[in-house]
Amino acid sequence: MRRFGVILFTLISGFYLCVPLLMAAPASPDASGSFTGTISDVSAVKAGGPTLEEVANTAGHNRVAINFVWVLVAGFLVMFMQPGFAMVEAGLTRAKNVAHTMAMNFLVYPLGMLGFYICGFALMFGGIGALGTLGGYAGLNHEFTISLFGKSFGLFGTKGFFLTGSSYDVAVYTLFLFQMVFMDTTATIPTGALAERWKFLSFCIYGIFVGTIIYPIFGNWVWGGGWLAMLGQNFGLGHGHVDFAGSSVVHMTGGVLALIGAWIVGPRLGKFNKDGSANPIPGHNIPMAVIGTFILAFGWFGFNAGSTLAGTDLRIAIVAVNTMLASATGAMAATLWMWLVRTKKPDPSMMCNGMLAGLVAITAPCAFVNSVSASIIGLIAGILVVEAVYFVEGKLKLDDPVGAISVHGVNGLWGCLALGLFADGSYGDGWNGVTGTVRGLFYGDASQFFAQCIGVISNFVYVGLISIVVFKLIDLIVGSRVTPQAEIDGLDVPEMGVVGYSGIKLDKHSETPISR
Amino acid sequence: MKKIEAIIRPEKVEVVCSVLESIGYPGIMVTEIEGHGKQKGLTQQWRGKEYKVNLLPKIKIEVVIKDEHLERTIKAIREAAYTGEIGNGKIFVLPVEDVIRIRTNERGNTAV
Repeated sequence: MRRFGVILFTLISGFYLCVPLLMAAPASPDASGSFTGTISDVSAVKAGGPTLEEVANTAGHNRVAINFVWVLVAGFLVMFMQPGFAMVEAGLTRAKNVAHTMAMNFLVYPLGMLGFYICGFALMFGGIGALGTLGGYAGLNHEFTISLFGKSFGLFGTKGFFLTGSSYDVAVYTLFLFQMVFMDTTATIPTGALAERWKFLSFCIYGIFVGTIIYPIFGNWVWGGGWLAMLGQNFGLGHGHVDFAGSSVVHMTGGVLALIGAWIVGPRLGKFNKDGSANPIPGHNIPMAVIGTFILAFGWFGFNAGSTLAGTDLRIAIVAVNTMLASATGAMAATLWMWLVRTKKPDPSMMCNGMLAGLVAITAPCAFVNSVSASIIGLIAGILVVEAVYFVEGKLKLDDPVGAISVHGVNGLWGCLALGLFADGSYGDGWNGVTGTVRGLFYGDASQFFAQCIGVISNFVYVGLISIVVFKLIDLIVGSRVTPQAEIDGLDVPEMGVVGYSGIKLDKHSETPISR
Repeated sequence: MKKIEAIIRPEKVEVVCSVLESIGYPGIMVTEIEGHGKQKGLTQQWRGKEYKVNLLPKIKIEVVIKDEHLERTIKAIREAAYTGEIGNGKIFVLPVEDVIRIRTNERGNTAV
């Protein structure tokens, strides 16, 4: 045995001694990296001697390639927000429901994606026209419009179903990946507000509706060339409703869905007493919630900076810094507001909500504001989210275990309005076809603020109405709620068939506080 | 023979067990329990709402001793479990009719 070891050792070391000899084959290695990539890497008929046209083609190809890689990698980051949501939501709810909460956050990904693939993407982007930063392909070129007051109102796109035919294109596929993970962010927001009582089947039906219709229609109005984007061109309202990365399109949509869902499905058993006062139902895993929040904050760099749809647009530096600053001021504001004003304790769950609130609020204005404005927007978001949590529970009497309505709904709204206030005119020339940069109320363009107001009101009305229809319909056909007994026992076994924490005895903190 | 049931603070379980061992009673039973005496529960908070946790974790130690060892056992447990703060717990003393060692069938004092 020992002799075998000696032979093996000799063979391996002999092999490694030979490696430098083998590697000496190229003329000279480039350890500094300064000499790799030269004229010989430019595609040319005559190697090493490209024509001007060949150089220009390569430059153009590389520019678009940088944008492709940027958008795809940013999309991969946003995809990783899914485990962030799963951990925040599972951490802030009870141990006895953890398999159910996690399973909703898991299944929303494939469900929503397939819905978006079948028709959501086509409805949202089917009429967007040329994809400027991704090479200018113009295959997504048909928008369904109606005429009112002599102006055309774009309602939804009609190209790109199943990504076939004229959509079988690299730029379209890149856009699809990036926009699909945004849609899934919206889809997973209500699973937190409806956690611990939502029937799994009705959640599944909801997931299909979000990906196919609810999200894409509003998305088309803002990002797909629809009527909200055209408010500037048609009615002279700033640059139309501007939402850089989705404070309204993604977050407010998710927040309004959460609001209507929480209202129709009703509070968890034991949440409210007969006199209307609320009982606290502590979540089971603060570490999970904190890690989930950090994963979301990480993914948010893809969310916001990726929304330039161009790695060659160097505004990405401003976008990324604004994003991180607003997350910091949001977290600090919520922490201090709880600590000094509300309860005399800093409260980790509100710290997390505060950071997410700052991120949601900066999502729309991140590209249009300076760092001081970004910090102020996050600061206000941090206070807003805490007060909203109290308001939703105390005044609206809605049960939102993780604060989804306050984080995404309230701060999505605030983020869109903040753009209309703080946009400083340093970016966005030609946005939505309007010449000049985007300016908010504080920088001289009140009409931009007006357009933002129309945007958020439209979001509330449209998403509110369609989600009432969808949630009511699901409630009538399959029912929205689990049985009270399932709720008391925990949803894991009756709904999912497994126990989330098998082999661990759950204590009284996992129980439902009945008739207190 | 007497049975002693001592309700003590969880962090005192190690020291109480070791003094019992040092005075000749290594055989003890320990149970994790919850409850409260005159001491009221703790106030915790969740998302800005305060709530009372009425039942606090405690440890119950049970040990069966010979009559003549009663006072010094009580003294040993008291000294070990004492902090002076509210919530130190209580010691209950119960009479025991008989003790049987299953392996040898010894009875009474010799089986303790």
